Amino acid sequence: MTPVPDLFPALPEIFLALAAMALLMVGVFQRHDATRMVATLSVLALAVTGGLVLFVEGDATVVTFNGLFVVDGFATFMKLLVLLGSALAIIMSLDFIEREHMARFEYPVLIVLATLGMLMMVSANDLIALYMGLELQSLALYVMAAFRRDTLRSSEAGLKYFVLGALSSGMLLYGASMVYGFTGATGFADLAAQLTAADGASIGLVVGIVFVAAGVAFKISAVPFHMWTPDVYEGAPTPVTAFFAVAPKIAAIAMFVRLLVGPFGELVAQWQQIIIVASILSMALGAFAAIAQNNIKRLMAYSSIGHIGYALVGLAAGTDAGVRGVMVYMAIYLAMNVGTFACILCMRVNGRMVEGIEDLSGLSRTNPMMAVALAIFMFSMAGIPPLAGFFGKLYVFMAAVDAGLYTLAVIGVVTSVVSAFYYLRIVKLMYFDDALEPFDRPIGRGMGVILVGTGLFTLFFFVAPASLVGAASRAAATLFAG
Amino acid sequence: MIISGLAFYLFSIIAVVAAVMVISARNPVHSVLYLIVVFFNSAALFVLMGAEFLALILVIVYVGAVAVLFLFVVMMLDIDFTELREGFLRYLPIGLVIGLILLVELFVVIGAWAFASDAANQIAAPAPPADQVDNTLALGRLLYTDYAYLFQAAGMILLVAMIGAIVLTLRHRPDTKRQRVAEQVARRPDEVLDVRKVNPGEGI
Repeated sequence: MTPVPDLFPALPEIFLALAAMALLMVGVFQRHDATRMVATLSVLALAVTGGLVLFVEGDATVVTFNGLFVVDGFATFMKLLVLLGSALAIIMSLDFIEREHMARFEYPVLIVLATLGMLMMVSANDLIALYMGLELQSLALYVMAAFRRDTLRSSEAGLKYFVLGALSSGMLLYGASMVYGFTGATGFADLAAQLTAADGASIGLVVGIVFVAAGVAFKISAVPFHMWTPDVYEGAPTPVTAFFAVAPKIAAIAMFVRLLVGPFGELVAQWQQIIIVASILSMALGAFAAIAQNNIKRLMAYSSIGHIGYALVGLAAGTDAGVRGVMVYMAIYLAMNVGTFACILCMRVNGRMVEGIEDLSGLSRTNPMMAVALAIFMFSMAGIPPLAGFFGKLYVFMAAVDAGLYTLAVIGVVTSVVSAFYYLRIVKLMYFDDALEPFDRPIGRGMGVILVGTGLFTLFFFVAPASLVGAASRAAATLFAG
Repeated sequence: MIISGLAFYLFSIIAVVAAVMVISARNPVHSVLYLIVVFFNSAALFVLMGAEFLALILVIVYVGAVAVLFLFVVMMLDIDFTELREGFLRYLPIGLVIGLILLVELFVVIGAWAFASDAANQIAAPAPPADQVDNTLALGRLLYTDYAYLFQAAGMILLVAMIGAIVLTLRHRPDTKRQRVAEQVARRPDEVLDVRKVNPGEGI
C-alpha cells in the first residue's frame, strides 16, 4: 500500500477545486438569475481560500505530493495577492456583465478555475506541475477573452490569445523536455541538486532554459513576446481585461521567480542576460509605444508591459532583495491597476462604454472624485513620490544597484521618465481640457469601495511601507533558505 | 531475432509509405484512411518494443476516436482541398530550405551535446524491469500514486475545456421545439380526451 500523500498543505487548492464544481452545480440548477448569486459565492469561496492559505502556512517549507507541490512563505504571499486580484475582478465585473448582456454564471466560475490554476502555478515544485497549473489557468483565460462570442473583437481576441498561448506552451514544453532530457529530473529540488553538481551549463541545457524562459515570457508579456497583449487587452471585454492585467501576471511572475532562483539558481550567469534584455526591451517598449495610443485599454496594455519590465529588473538582480522588490512591486501594481480599471469600467456615456482617452477630457469638472482617484493612480504609475508606485520602483532599482546592474537601473529610470509623459497626459486631459459629456452615474457601491480602497492604499502607502515590505522580505527569505 | 527484425522493417516501411500517402493522396477521405494504416503500424511497432499498453491505447484512442472524428470532419465540412493544396509546389523550394536549415541547426546542437555525468541515475521515473510488472501496471502505479496530483490537475483542465466549449457554442433557442418527457408522462386522459356520445345521423 502506498501511503496517502499529505493533503494538508494543498487544502486551499482542494477547497477551491471543490468550490468551483459546487458553484457550477448551483449555476446549472438555479435556473434564472444565477449569475449574481454564483458571483457572490465565488468571492466568498476566494475569501475562504485566502483564509486557508494563511491557515496552512507553517514556519517551514513543506513539500508534498511526492515533491510536486510546495508551500512556503513566498507561495503564501503570492497566493494572497492572486486571490485578492481575482476577487476584486469578480466584484468589478458584476455590473458590467449584467449591463452588457454577457451575464452567464460560467463567468465567475471560470475566474475561480483560472485562480485555481494560478495557485497551482505559484506552488509548483516540478516542471510538470508547473505546466499543468499554467494550462489550467490559460485555458480558462482563453475562454474568458472570447466570452462575448457575438462580437467580432472579443472572438478575435480569444482566438489570437489561444493560438499564441498554445505556441508559447509549446515552447515551454520543448524547453522543459530539453531540461529533462539533459538532467533526467523534473522536480525542482532534484534539478537544483543536479545543476549545482554539474560544472557549468552545457549548451543543451542552456537551450532548454532559453525556451522555458521564452514560454514564460509570453505569459507575462515581456518584450519580445508581447505581441498579443495590446490586441487581446483591447478586444476582450473590459472587466476581463482588468482580470488579465492583474492576477495572471502576478501568478506567472511568481512562477518565473521560483523557477529561476530555485532549480536554476546556480546558473544565474546563464539566465541573467536573458532577463536583463527582456527587462530593458519591455521598459522601453512600454514607455515609447504607449505614447501613440488613443484607446485607454491599449494604453494599459503597453503600460502593463512596461511594469513587467520593471518587475524583471528585480528578478535580474537574482538576489534576496531583488525578489523582495518584485513582490512589493507586484503588490503595488495590483492596487494601481485594479483602481485604474475600476475607473475605466466607469467610463460610460449614456449607457454606452467609451474607451478613448479623449473621453476623459474635463473629468475634473464633471466628476471630481473620479478624476482625483485616476490622477492618483496615474501619478503613482509614473513613479512620482510619495505615491506607492515610486516605492515599488525604488525597491527593484535598489536591488539592481546592489547587484551591480547600474546600466539596467539607469535605463529603468530613464524609461520611467519617458512613460511619465503619457500618464501625465491623462491628468492634463482631465484637469485642463474642456469638459465633454459627463459619465453616467451612479457607479455602483462595489466599484466605489474598490476605487476608494485602492486610491487610499496608493496615496498613503508611504506612511507605513514597513508592514508590506517586511512581509515581502520574510517571504522572499523562504525562497533562498533551502 | 530475425523474425522480430523482419517484422520491424515490415511495419516501419508500411508506416512510412502510408505516412507519405497521407499527405500526397488527392482524396481527403483516402488520406484519413492512410492515417489509420499509419496508426496501426505504429501500434505494431510499440508491441515489438514491449509497450503493449501504448499500442492498445493508440488503436483504441487514435483509430477508434480521433481518426473517426477526422473522417466526420472531412466528410461534413465542405472544404476544397485541391484549392488548399494549390500553393504546395510553389512553396516547396522555400519549405525545403527552411527544413534543411532546421536540420543543420539540430545537428549543431546535438553535436555539442554533453550529458550531465549522473543524469542516467537521476531519471525521475525509471522503468521497472519488464519481467516483474507488465507496463500497464507500472504506468498505473506511477499515475495513481506518485503523480496523483497531476492526474487530478489534468481532470480539472478537462473540466475547463468542457465548460469552455459549452460557454462558447451553446445557444438557447426559444423557438426550438423540445420533447419534454415529464410533461408527456404526466398527461392524464381526462385532461386531453373528451368522450362524447355521438348519435347516428346527428354529428357533434
